[in-house]
Amino acid sequence: MTMLNTLVAVCSLYALFLFAIAFAADRAAMRGQARWLRSPLVYTLSLSIYCSAWTFYGAVGSAVRTGFEYLAIYLGPSLVLMGWWWILRKLVRIGRTQRLTSVADLISSRYGKSNLLAVGVTILAVVGTTPYIALQLQSVTLSFEVFGVGDIVSGQESGHTALWVAAGLALFTVIFGTRNLDANERHNGVVMAIAVEAVVKLAALLTVGIFVVWGLLGGVSGALERIDASELGQWRINGGRWTGMIVLSGAAFLCLPRIFQVLVVENDNETHLRTASWAFPLYLGLMSLFVVPIAVTGLELLPAGSNPDLFVLTVPLSQGRDGLAVLSFLGGFSSATSMVIVAAIALSTMVSNHVVMPLFLRFAKRGAKVSGDVRHVVLLARRLSIVGVVMLGYLYYRLSGGGAALSSIGEVSFAGVAQVLPAMLGGIFWRGGSRVGALAGLTLGFGCWGYTLFLPSFGAGVFVPDSWMVAGPFGIAWLRPQALFGIEGMDPLLHTVVWSLTLNAGGFVLASLASFPRPLERLQGAQFVNVFDHSTGPPRWSGKVAQTEDLMIMAQRILGARDAQALFEHEARRQATGGTLPAPTPDFLERLERELAGSVGAATAHAMVGQIVGGMSVSVEDLMAVADETAQLMEYSARLEAQSQELARTAAKLREANSKLTRLSVQKDAFLSQISHELRTPMTSIRAFSEILRDADGLTPQEHGKYASIIHDEAIRLTRLLDDLLDLSVLENGQVNLNLRPGLLSDVLDRAVAAAAADEHGARVRIWRDPRAEEVMLNTDLDRLSQVFINLVANTRKYCDAARPRLDIRVRPGATVVIDFIDNGAGLSAEAQDVIFEKFSRVSDQKAGGAGLGLAICRQIMTRLGGEVSYLSGQGGTAFRVVVPARYAVAAQ
Amino acid sequence: MTKRVMLIEDEPNIIEAIGFILSREGLTVDTHSDGTTANDKLRANRPDVLILDVMLPGKSGYDILRELRDDAATADLPVLMLTARGQSRDRETAERAGVSAFMTKPFSNAEMLDQVRRLLASAPRV
Repeated sequence: MTMLNTLVAVCSLYALFLFAIAFAADRAAMRGQARWLRSPLVYTLSLSIYCSAWTFYGAVGSAVRTGFEYLAIYLGPSLVLMGWWWILRKLVRIGRTQRLTSVADLISSRYGKSNLLAVGVTILAVVGTTPYIALQLQSVTLSFEVFGVGDIVSGQESGHTALWVAAGLALFTVIFGTRNLDANERHNGVVMAIAVEAVVKLAALLTVGIFVVWGLLGGVSGALERIDASELGQWRINGGRWTGMIVLSGAAFLCLPRIFQVLVVENDNETHLRTASWAFPLYLGLMSLFVVPIAVTGLELLPAGSNPDLFVLTVPLSQGRDGLAVLSFLGGFSSATSMVIVAAIALSTMVSNHVVMPLFLRFAKRGAKVSGDVRHVVLLARRLSIVGVVMLGYLYYRLSGGGAALSSIGEVSFAGVAQVLPAMLGGIFWRGGSRVGALAGLTLGFGCWGYTLFLPSFGAGVFVPDSWMVAGPFGIAWLRPQALFGIEGMDPLLHTVVWSLTLNAGGFVLASLASFPRPLERLQGAQFVNVFDHSTGPPRWSGKVAQTEDLMIMAQRILGARDAQALFEHEARRQATGGTLPAPTPDFLERLERELAGSVGAATAHAMVGQIVGGMSVSVEDLMAVADETAQLMEYSARLEAQSQELARTAAKLREANSKLTRLSVQKDAFLSQISHELRTPMTSIRAFSEILRDADGLTPQEHGKYASIIHDEAIRLTRLLDDLLDLSVLENGQVNLNLRPGLLSDVLDRAVAAAAADEHGARVRIWRDPRAEEVMLNTDLDRLSQVFINLVANTRKYCDAARPRLDIRVRPGATVVIDFIDNGAGLSAEAQDVIFEKFSRVSDQKAGGAGLGLAICRQIMTRLGGEVSYLSGQGGTAFRVVVPARYAVAAQ
Repeated sequence: MTKRVMLIEDEPNIIEAIGFILSREGLTVDTHSDGTTANDKLRANRPDVLILDVMLPGKSGYDILRELRDDAATADLPVLMLTARGQSRDRETAERAGVSAFMTKPFSNAEMLDQVRRLLASAPRV
């Protein structure tokens, strides 16, 4: 018992020593003397939390059980550090630019800030890490027992020991792990303590090793002889298991929450990775150097049945080297405590950030704002999470009975956290990786791991019935947990690693390809994959003093000079600082942000104030929100613009309608004036000659006859004019009834030519026609069409100025028939061509006698028939083209 | 010496009618039907009275009248204007242009003869 008391005293002193180191380091960091605390050496040593009690004690046990296989556990991380340092560099860069706080944060952030993924990874991490914490507690308890009461195990005592250790670790972690709210701010004290512990455990193992090799085995050659002689030398290397272990340990090194914490979160200089890439493998090499000699010695010196996991302790003890044993104990203690502390910090960050805080914010029904009370809640959540995580490990330890070998618990744990690997690597190297893919991969991999390794690890019959292990669930043989899809005879761990990672990666890739990522996912994907394009070197952590003047300048730009000044002066008066500029208190900043939000939107205002006050980098979410607001503003202004365009269009329409009315009114006046003229002219002749006939005496019979026929002609002219006017009026008002009937175009032309010839006015015209082309069957209003033809032939007779007038009538048959009337006269001038279809337009002198309505009527008729009549220029003489559909269709109107 | 009346009109039947009426009064009637050359004709051969139609091919009666009034040789020539467009605006336009008498077609022969006689009486002796 005196030994135990000594041990407790040593432990307490050691713990106090660690407290002191952590405290001193934190103080130094606060005074700004953190430079030496942050050397590449410290960074490398902090990575040594990879070597937990599993490797400190368990490596020897593993060597006894499986020969050199323990080396695989060291080879994985070494290969990752030496060969894949560029992956680590990318992880570190992403971690810094995205301000990542944990593995869960990395995965969720990469896949569009999915909280579901964050919760999933958190659960995975907790489930995967809990056995590991239990493992540490178990190792510490076991080592206490070695000193305490020889080989006799007292359950009562061990329970107490583990509980005390757990409580002490929780306390230490709470004190040094939650000093700062921002998870991204480094835990200087913790890191320093871990570095010291790393030195202690290496020193302990090396000392024991040196004692064994040179003290007991008689130097290197002796040691080698013994090794060859022992059964360890006979172990055959199982290639598959080796490969599996190397892959697994490498994957775990990337995915373990505690490694991510020191590797990425606590890293403040990328170049430290360069040192670590050779120094950490060296550290691991030293840690493994004496494992085999110790194992061989333990097998030789200690009674059969001794726990090989404790050889590191029991070999010195058996030789009466109590001091060496205590040092060795401290090494194991250091391994266990450093792992638990960092794991607890990493897990509590995840749990509080992704589980507790979202729940709290939802139930508190308040928006997140950084004010005192929320900060308090965050700290409390983190502290409770730490205690919870450590106690969960303790519970697991109590429940599992601490029976399993150390290394096998470690393997189960490794295989669990390795499930994050596909989503992590896919996330930082493949832009196509999507949230759905990550969820699918994680679910498949985690499920496979749980079913084939984790649940069976509790022992046969605890969670998985024995019958399942042997015959498969419900007798389905290919679903046996350790022989999935009928592949038997594989090592259970290898079996799980192969299946879970295959299903995981396959599910991730296929679901990613099948799903379409949301905008935030694509953006984040680009940010992660192309992190080296977007970010620059290490950030400058300058003194973050809010620049009130900068705030003022920004506010002036947005609110206007007067309003901004009023706001700042009012605040300065309220604060009673005496000056015109107020101090940037949280209240004021919040108020300023609200004011700005009124002008530029909440997200933009938040980003702007954050930029100035915090030197905060604008997150992708901020940018997305800003873009949203901008889009809304643009939409609003686009709507306004559309409205004003609509107004302008309406105004233009009104102006057009008005000018049209004015034009119509002018046209109406001109028309009435024209009609008046056309009516009065023949009436003038009629009245004049009728008065002459009535009043004048002595008219010769010739005069009498002549004047009477003038009166007669002018009366006919009047009648014809009135007919035309009525006809035009009817056509223009659309009241005309078409008399549709079938007929040959040649017949219509025959009739028209004959009718035109019957008029005694005008010259004789020779008409040339093409009888064959005229054999076109028409179905239209033949009388109206004939009227158009008569008009055109009559016009030629009236106006053709050729010596021997001639008219060509050319026909081009088709669905729409084209009939051209071309005479051999001088043709019309361009101005004349413009006006001939207007009412009362006459080009030549009035002797021809028409009122100028003929072509206007023709145009109206052709429009009614679904065709048209137009002047055909460039034909030498006057030429008109009539186009008429062969079959009249209502739609043609 | 017989008085001379110049008639500028483009409607053949109306020329015939007015020509018949005025020659029965013993007046000499010159006719002209083209607007563009009317002023040259007038300057070359000044009549005692001018009867002027408004709607003429080439040049309107109003333009002929205005030009006539601007020319010292014809500024005081008595002009009787005939128009078939019976709107009051036409009369105003004619009066502004310096017309001596204005009649709307169709007219009564007697009335037209009266107007010509009155204008002849007022016409300055050349």
